[in-house]
Amino acid sequence: MLSAALFVSLAFSFAPGEELAPPGLAPAPAPLQEPTGTIAFVGARLVPISGPEIESGTLVITDGRIAAIGPAGDVSVPEGARTLDASGRTILPGLVCTHSHVGGPWGADASGPIQPEVRSLDSVDVRAASVHRARAGGLTTINAMPGSGHLISGQTVYLKLRDAGSVEDLCYRFEDGSPMGGLKMANGTNSQKAAPFPGTRAKSAALVREQYIAAQEYRDKVRRAADDEDVDPPARDLALEALVEVLEGKRIVHHHTHRHDDIVTVLRLADEFGFRVVLHHVSEGWKVADEIAAAGVPCSVILVDSPGGKEEARDLRFATPKILDAAGVRLSIHTDDYITDSRLFLRSGALAVRGGLSREKALEALTLEGARQLDLADRIGSLEVGKDADLCVLDGDPLSIYTRVLETWVEGRRVFDLSDPEDALYAEGGRGAGDARVFTDCCANVAGAR
Amino acid sequence: MLVSSILSTVLLLAAAAPAAQTQLPAELSALLLVELPALLPVELPALLPVELPALLPVELPNGDLLVLADLLHTSAGPPIEAGAVVVRAGKIEYVGAADAIQLPDDLKVLRAAVVTPGLVDAHSCAGLAGWLNTPADQDERDDTGPMQPELRALDAYNAREPLVAYLREFGITTLHTGHAPTALIAGQTMVVKTRGRTVAEAALVPEAMVVASLTEAARGEGGPGTPAKSVAMLRGELLAAQDHANAVQRAADAGDPPPARDLRKETLGRVLSGELPLMITAHRQRDIESVVRLAAEFEGARFVLDGAAEILDVIEPVRAAGIPIVLHPTMYRAGGETENLGFTTAAKLHAAGVPFSIQSGYEAYVPRTRVVLFEAAAAAGRGLPPEAALTAITIEPARMLGLDARIGSLEVGKDADLALFDGDPFETTSHCIGTVIDGLLVATGERDR
Repeated sequence: MLSAALFVSLAFSFAPGEELAPPGLAPAPAPLQEPTGTIAFVGARLVPISGPEIESGTLVITDGRIAAIGPAGDVSVPEGARTLDASGRTILPGLVCTHSHVGGPWGADASGPIQPEVRSLDSVDVRAASVHRARAGGLTTINAMPGSGHLISGQTVYLKLRDAGSVEDLCYRFEDGSPMGGLKMANGTNSQKAAPFPGTRAKSAALVREQYIAAQEYRDKVRRAADDEDVDPPARDLALEALVEVLEGKRIVHHHTHRHDDIVTVLRLADEFGFRVVLHHVSEGWKVADEIAAAGVPCSVILVDSPGGKEEARDLRFATPKILDAAGVRLSIHTDDYITDSRLFLRSGALAVRGGLSREKALEALTLEGARQLDLADRIGSLEVGKDADLCVLDGDPLSIYTRVLETWVEGRRVFDLSDPEDALYAEGGRGAGDARVFTDCCANVAGAR
Repeated sequence: MLVSSILSTVLLLAAAAPAAQTQLPAELSALLLVELPALLPVELPALLPVELPALLPVELPNGDLLVLADLLHTSAGPPIEAGAVVVRAGKIEYVGAADAIQLPDDLKVLRAAVVTPGLVDAHSCAGLAGWLNTPADQDERDDTGPMQPELRALDAYNAREPLVAYLREFGITTLHTGHAPTALIAGQTMVVKTRGRTVAEAALVPEAMVVASLTEAARGEGGPGTPAKSVAMLRGELLAAQDHANAVQRAADAGDPPPARDLRKETLGRVLSGELPLMITAHRQRDIESVVRLAAEFEGARFVLDGAAEILDVIEPVRAAGIPIVLHPTMYRAGGETENLGFTTAAKLHAAGVPFSIQSGYEAYVPRTRVVLFEAAAAAGRGLPPEAALTAITIEPARMLGLDARIGSLEVGKDADLALFDGDPFETTSHCIGTVIDGLLVATGERDR
């Protein structure tokens, strides 16, 4: 099976070297890399997510964006386009993981429970093997975030898994050019420990409320100074600045929470301070699905092969996505990679289907809904004209265990190719699979030019 | 591929099966699905049952049963389309094509798209490890000493542990379970069927193996500090046990009173005599080679290699030493000393003609336990032929445990342990819909489906 897949994949590949244009540092929102020309994938089963599947379609990408998509008879291949025979292939949008720890994006240290000033940006190693394993799983966008051992463990960073060796080249950027990300928060037992950490759930909530009240006051001082030149602005406070971004809706809170009462606590705090939040893990979300739906808050769900492992996860179940969906809750699925492996991300969607979620919703949860939860749905998450040409190319049904990710494309460039032995090592494992990725000349040249 | 076989089977059945069905219309209309409880209600306060509703077998007296399968995998030959298994008193009386014999008409009938032998987990901690992973239900590791072979699994196995019931829902009928490989000599294992109210009712083999570990998890904090020290301590302990055994023998030969009993040395003495295999967890090539050296040094003992992330680099010495391999879970986390493990290791071992079993292993955190069905499925998804993936969780572990005369395949005279599925067992979107142990329906499928 492997040899057959490799053989077909080879036939499907570019000539060596064609795809290795040097990536550049991103002046957002312009295109982040050199133009890639026009490429047409012909004959593939296309799964646009935003519309019905196309049995045999044509997908045209130009300079890293999707230029056309439709049934083979309806879309003509532009003159001069490189045509790739993708018959027998299934093409999905690049997968979006809303909760990942690949590359070690660690944040807060042990000094205290609330550290919104720390940035995953300053920690993540994008050359780590785990990052390339994510590409091997068909992932093209991840929310790289700190752990859950703090009430606020730091700023997350949204990474586009371009084939480049610096986080500067991978991070999505806000309009002002600053790295794009959310804020990681947690409640429940993970963040409870000896002082100065909270010892109880009530103390956890009280500490968070105090901090957001301080942020409100800080925001008001900044505004007064902006409105009145006789008023001095407050001294800069990195922690409160990050929380003000949360209060202003620029930064979404990504909130680890398992137990039903902890989930409701998050909803209460979000309501009190008006912050935008995504509920992550939500092991007991099925118990309060109606409450979550009423709050209009989306969920990012993890599927794990067995419940338990800690008391808060004792009622975790495969049916959570189905029940949340039935209640009207928008949901994505995440790897929480190192908890589940990014290379098995599609399998997580299949587990949700095993638990009763529809196939369509499962695929959306792996792509477009994740993009929405990162404020990136205008750029990624579906195969639509104008969106980034981020693709996950498969040799079969997305939810079948026998299906392999053959190729992963980001902005019209292939960043993973199973037929390449170096990539296959990260996809399948074996000696050397744990080593950090060695980048080729292309990336060294970029560093030198900067 | 299993799924294509199933599809073709369904088509075949549409044409050919009516003959069998006309013999048993009443029973066939009482499909298994009818008996299954509905999905747990959303209002249910907690999934974790205080008292297990499915603990006792569904009423099927005497273990008499007729199981019909669109596709029957036996682990003893090629799959059988439109197969039947006749069970009397918990034992298999017939396995084969449903239309090859006059099927009995006095039996309760279960029917499923796919039926396999009951799944055998080659190495687990479930039952000692509990669902919650709290001190109250975590008895798979005792960190009070680095070498405690005297710790018996049977003194720690909780037959009513919900984690065991959970695994049973996925068709797992036999567990080789015991102490976690987190100490140099961690304790013993046992073999249980995933049924019974007490350890005595569950036990197939009360004392199966002794667990040793040459992994990082078994070093530090009172144990050995280096790989070399691990081996030195293990050898020293085995030699001390040999001395004890020799002293016992000398006393017996001379008619003298025996030396004072020593549970630890007695247990290792049983290892040295080959009665209890020593299952050693090792991942690095270096540590796997140490297992091979130990096997050469202690000739009377039997060794089992567990984990073996880097086995592909050292296949031949292990094969030459005849050491059975219990391969790490396919989806085991890659990192630290397992950084070089591979999804395709199982496929490559199979291609090399090396027999192996697949295990669920030990997990310290989430997931609380792996499901060996899923681990075999992941291997099947990465190039291991599905039939080989099935044998790696049925007849291969049964052989490794010396129980292949009783379990691990569907053959006449063996225990009637079966797993029933609504599709290809390895597809993530399929479901186990019933589990049979000794002819008794002990689970009516996964709770969420």
